Formats: sequence, structure tokens, C-alpha cells
Amino acid sequence: MPLVTKDGFQHLPEAAYITVDQLTETDEPWLAVEVAGDVDVSAIAPHFEKISLIAVQFPSFADGRGFSIARHLKRLGFDGELRARGHIIADQYAHALACGFDGVEINDEVAERQPFDQWQDAANKVLPPYRQKMAG
Amino acid sequence: MSKLFKPKIVSANDLFAGDVVYMNPGFGWTRKLAEAAIAHNEEAAADLLAKAMPQQEKVVGPYLADVALDDDGRPFPTHFREKFRTRGPSNRTDLGKQSVNPERREPLAASGGI
Amino acid sequence: MYRYDEFDAAYVKDRVNTFRGQVNRRIDGSLTEDEFKPLRLMNGLYLQLHAYMLRVAIPYGTLSSRQMRALAMIASKWDKGYGHLTTRQNIQYNWPALKDVPDILDALADVEMHAIQTSGNCIRNVTADHFAGAAADEIEDPRPTAEIIRQWSTEHPEFLYLPRKFKIAVTGSPNDRAVTKAHDIGLRMVRNDTGEAGYEVIVGGGLGRSPFVGKVVRDFLPKSDLLPYLEAILRVYNLHGRRDNKYKARIKILVHETGIEDLRAMVEREFEQLDGPSVALAEEEVARIEAYFAPPVFAKLPQHSSALEQAKKADAEFAAWVETNTDAHKQSGYTIVTVSAKAIGEAPGDLTTAQMDVLADIAEQYGHDELRISHEQNVILPHVRLDDLRIVHAALADAGLATANANLISDIIACPGLDYCALATARSIPVAQDIQQRFADPVRAKAIGEFKIKISGCINACGHHHVGHVGILGLEKAGIENYQITLGGDHTETTAIGDRAGPGFAFEQVGPAIERLVDAYISLRANDNERFLDTYRRLGLEPFKTALYDNERTAA
Repeated sequence: MPLVTKDGFQHLPEAAYITVDQLTETDEPWLAVEVAGDVDVSAIAPHFEKISLIAVQFPSFADGRGFSIARHLKRLGFDGELRARGHIIADQYAHALACGFDGVEINDEVAERQPFDQWQDAANKVLPPYRQKMAG
Repeated sequence: MSKLFKPKIVSANDLFAGDVVYMNPGFGWTRKLAEAAIAHNEEAAADLLAKAMPQQEKVVGPYLADVALDDDGRPFPTHFREKFRTRGPSNRTDLGKQSVNPERREPLAASGGI
Repeated sequence: MYRYDEFDAAYVKDRVNTFRGQVNRRIDGSLTEDEFKPLRLMNGLYLQLHAYMLRVAIPYGTLSSRQMRALAMIASKWDKGYGHLTTRQNIQYNWPALKDVPDILDALADVEMHAIQTSGNCIRNVTADHFAGAAADEIEDPRPTAEIIRQWSTEHPEFLYLPRKFKIAVTGSPNDRAVTKAHDIGLRMVRNDTGEAGYEVIVGGGLGRSPFVGKVVRDFLPKSDLLPYLEAILRVYNLHGRRDNKYKARIKILVHETGIEDLRAMVEREFEQLDGPSVALAEEEVARIEAYFAPPVFAKLPQHSSALEQAKKADAEFAAWVETNTDAHKQSGYTIVTVSAKAIGEAPGDLTTAQMDVLADIAEQYGHDELRISHEQNVILPHVRLDDLRIVHAALADAGLATANANLISDIIACPGLDYCALATARSIPVAQDIQQRFADPVRAKAIGEFKIKISGCINACGHHHVGHVGILGLEKAGIENYQITLGGDHTETTAIGDRAGPGFAFEQVGPAIERLVDAYISLRANDNERFLDTYRRLGLEPFKTALYDNERTAA
């Protein structure tokens, strides 16, 4: 799955994601965790120290739970890498970034239809008025 | 099974104009129900729909709709929703398909008439 | 009135370009129809039975004459010469071509209007009391609140892909004209013990397949906590609202299944944990927005207008219109005019290009340049001098806009129904037209008194049938249109869901059934001033059920 960041599409080796349940079974550092839309974020918080990457699943681009999960993780102090992973479209890229995601892992089919310039365009849109004001 | 089968056509809305279209026998699209390709069995219906589904660059939301056939073998809608789709708003007969060609208004079904 | 600042202007223009790009990407295959659909919906574009439909927001129902003229221009240039007012303070164009929609949005942006979030599973156009800023019974103008919510909710990155649509309404008066208890969130302005203005927050109201009256989640919310509290509610809903069944996805179901106490606890916990100051607008910004809604400069006028009284004496028709279609204004010498968009035999809420232009002219000359769109599909002139009523009435009459039926039996709410809507299961408009014709006699209509008929062409209840004194719901039964009647609904601060009377009626049987119902009411009411709703509450369903199903009297 290509990873979209501000630098372009990166084809990284698939991270060795573990589940939330497996978190409690290991004390190793630098873990990558994949979480679903019904995750209890507060159950992950005690393990933040050993997590370097959290990927939040988007089973469909129309399922917006991941955006709130990202905000929640940030509020609880997670400062590792945060990825949205699954069916996300270019038009949602700015929203994903605004909610705290660092990048988006998309499938090859979407990457083919929506090349990087479409993601860049989405990220460069004028912010809605309220967000401009809150940004100072 | 085949005895119970109601003839079907594929209908959709045109991507650009938004109006009602029907798949014709050449797997293109027509605005006239009379020119629609008619499926007489399940297999033919599935095949028609399969030809329609990938045509996203032309139409939106293709689906199978029941029709009945008049004495000349021309299709007409059986469900009142589909009847409205062949015409336009019933309160504004000056608008929609009915306004363009009122004399060629699609025939009504014998029952459940509106 | 609110004017766009540089942020609004730049954003709305850029948004048009974004949508233009999305249309092109749909055509070139970058976006599938499944992906494009929510994007076009969030820009107000539906695909209906016969054509596309563009739903334009009229935020909190407020319009200037310039904006009304732009709506008229759009109707004639890109549509078919008319527009349809909706129950959520929007106007719909029924015939735009896809390629023209970006140009229409551009024309709207030129007059500080848009179609953003008038559809989709996001926070929709925020509605408010259509008498806001004019009503004599008002605590505070609800529109600054609605405008603040509009800004906050516009492309809120977290809340664009909610489980389902989310509707917010605000009222500043104890007499609720904004149907706040049938919204996902209703805000009612109240004062606390110290006299401070704030909100009672109602959550989980809604009509549709499972109607619920909203419940109070917070009885007093200080104004400064508005956005943080809304953000807390929306976050709880986004994370916990059901996504497995579209008919169970609204927040009303979450409230119902969770229970209001537990839901309140979830919201309050989220509210405590979030960083309020990072969400709330700065005080100066709130004050800046509020200043836009300062009342116009009214003339000092006496309470009594002798010009008006003379005109009423001279013209009984005019007098009748004044009685039904005007309401008390907070400023002496002024009144609020309800312009009926329910002429007998016309589609409820439809306005022609010419009518829109006339309304703009009248507002400009006699109405402090303000117009409102009501959820009851009428147009309001909020600030008219009593002295000018005669001339305003004459101008309206010339345009077919002087029907004296506000709140009467022919002032029917009707959704577009199966004449236009892809979701509809039956027609609404012709049912309304038939009932209007039956009660076309203004003397008879007036004798019947306040009588709210609301018609929906499907279970989604855009026509608010659940809260009509008489509700009519069009369904399909055995291949034909069938209409269920509900009685005793109420859309005001005493919101009630109507009771289903019994089996449905065929299309042609609805009008005669309503006639029997009205005859029964006239014979049963305690006096001429007892409204149908009050008689119904006093006597219950039975006598009216008998009248509705008394088929021996159907011979017509």
C-alpha cells in the first residue's frame, strides 16, 4: 500500500502491525499497531511509550470514525506516527492532516486513479473561515 | 421460474444531463423507453446489467426495472415510479419528457393507472 | 445582515473551484460514482428522478434583495424559471445540468451564498426562527448563534463523514417556530437565574422512520461554551452512532438506545476533557459577528396606523390578509408579513423567477432589504411599516403572492414527493393541491382556523408529517400510492408526534377523508376559537377516526 505524505507516494515495506490485544503481551519498543473504528483509545494510552506507529483503519472512506480517533489519540498525548489506512480518497487528505494524521496508506487501485497531484491539490485548498481564524 | 419472469429493461440517469435513459440493444443509451433492449429471462437481464454497470463515464445508477409489452412488443412501465420517470412531474406537464413529445407519451399499464 | 469577510469570500470561491475539479475528476474516472456522490451531496447536488437537483442554503433563512434577485437569475438562466422552498430553509432547483453546477455555485458565491453541506452525512444548513430579529417575543436574535455554528461546521475536518446527516436549529423565542425538538440538536435561548442568556440544549429529536421528540441534554449552557459543547456532542456521535443500519444511524437512535442520562454523561465527560479555548471563538469575533445582526434603523412610529385602519375598512380582502398574514413586531409601528407561497392549486413552496424579483423589489423598498424563508415554505418580510401594508399587499397581489392563508388549512407543507424525488414512495404535491382546492373558499378556511397539514412522500418525513395537526404520509402499497393519516402532531415548543389514525387511503380518497375530518371538527369544537389541535387533545382520536373512516358519507 503506498503511503501518501507531503513528499509524495512512498512504497514502503508493509509494517508489521500488531493488534491492540497483542499490545499487552509484549514489552518490545517501536511497535506498530493497527486499530479499528471501534477501538477504545484509552486502553492504548498506557502503552504509548512502546508504540512508534498507529494506523487507524478506514474500511470505507464514508466511515469517519477514524478522524475522531486521531483527535482523541493526539489529545491523550500520542506523539508517534499516525496513519490513516484503507479506503481514503484525495479529497479527504486535508481533513486527515487536520485531525492529526501524518500520512495516509492507500491501496494501489486508489493510488492509480488518484495520482499524487490530486492529493497535493486537496492539501493546498483554502481553509474554511473558522479554521483560518482558529489558526490565528 | 421462467414463467414467472417479468421482462426487464435497464434504466439509469445520464451523467451529464441527469435525465432518464434506457440501455438499447447496442448497449448504448436512449431517452426513449420504446427503444430499450428488453431482457426476456434472468440470464439476459443479468447480462444487460453487467453491460451497463461499467459505463460509469456515461450514466449513474443503472438498475433493472420491470416492464410489460404491448401488442406490438413495445415495453411500457408497470410500476408507477417508472411511469413518472417516462414523463416528468405530474403537476407540471410542461416539464420533463412529457413536455418534449407529449404525443409520444409512453402508454400506461392496464392496471394501477395513475 | 451578515457579510462575508475575506476568509468567507476566499473560501467559498475556492470551494467552487474544488467542486469544478471534482466534477472533472468524476468525468475522467479519478473518482468513482460512489466516491463522487458524497462530494456532490456536500455541495448540494442530488440526482433525482428526472434530473439533477441543486439545493442552495439560505443560512438561518435570511436573504437580502440582492441575493433574492440572484436566486431568480439562476432560476431563469440555468433552470426552468422557478425554485422550491424547503422545510429546512433551502431553495431547490430541479433541472440543472451537471456541467452548469459549478457556474451556478460561482454565481451564488458572487452574492455571498453557497450550497455547502445542504446534503450529505455532515452538519447541514443551520436553521433558525424565521421571525428572528423581529418577533415581539424574542429573548435574543438566534442568528448570530446560527452563523457561528455555520462557520464552525463548514468543512469541519472531523465531522464530514458522520454516521448520518446532522441537523441543528436555533430559536431565540420561547414560542418555538424553528421545530427545535425535532432536530438532532435544538438550541433554545433561555435566561438563567442571574439573567444571563444561554441555551437549553436539546438532543436526539427527529422525524423519519422512527420519530422522537428531542430530550434536554443540558438545561443551561453559557453562550461562551457553545462550540466546545457542540464539538463534544458531535464527537460522541461520530464515534458511537450506529453505522450498521442507515435507519438507525441518526443520533436520536443513539440517545434512545443509550438513554439520555448515559449519553449526557458521555457528552459532559468529552466536554470536560477537550480544550475549550481551542474550540470556542474569541469574544471579539463573537461580538463582530453579532454586530452584523444589529436591527435596522427603525423609524419612531406610533403603535396605531390610521392609514392601515382606513385601508382595512375600505377593503375586506385586504383586512382578511392583514389578519392572517401579519404578526406582532417588537418595534412599534412595524409588522412581520408572511408571504404565502401556497396559492391555491400551486405546488407548495414554489416561486417563479418573476415572483422572486417582485419579492426582492418589495423588500428593498418597504422591508429594510430583508427577506426570510420559513420552514413552512413561505417567505417572510420581517420589517414592514404598518403604514406600507396596503401598498405591499397590492404589489404582492399583482404577483399572485397575496393568498390570505398563513397557518390556515391551505397553508400546507409538502415535500416534492414522487413528482421529483428519487427517494419518494408516493406523490405529495397533487395531494396538497387537491386539499387546497377543496378549501379554496377563504371564508370557510378562516372559519376552520389554524389547521396545519403536513405531507411527506416517504418515510424520511421531509414534509414533517409527524408534527402536523394532520399528517399525511405517502407510501406504496400493493403497487399503488397509499396515504397514512396521523392526527394531533405539534411542531411548536409543545412538540408532539401525531397518532396514526388507521389504515391508509388511496390517492383519490385523501381529499374526501380530510373533508370529513374537518366537518367532524367543526361540529365537535367547543367554540369557534378552539383550534383543531385543541379539540383533538380534548376528545382524543376516536371521534376523528370515526369521521375519517365513515365511508358511507364518501359518496361524492
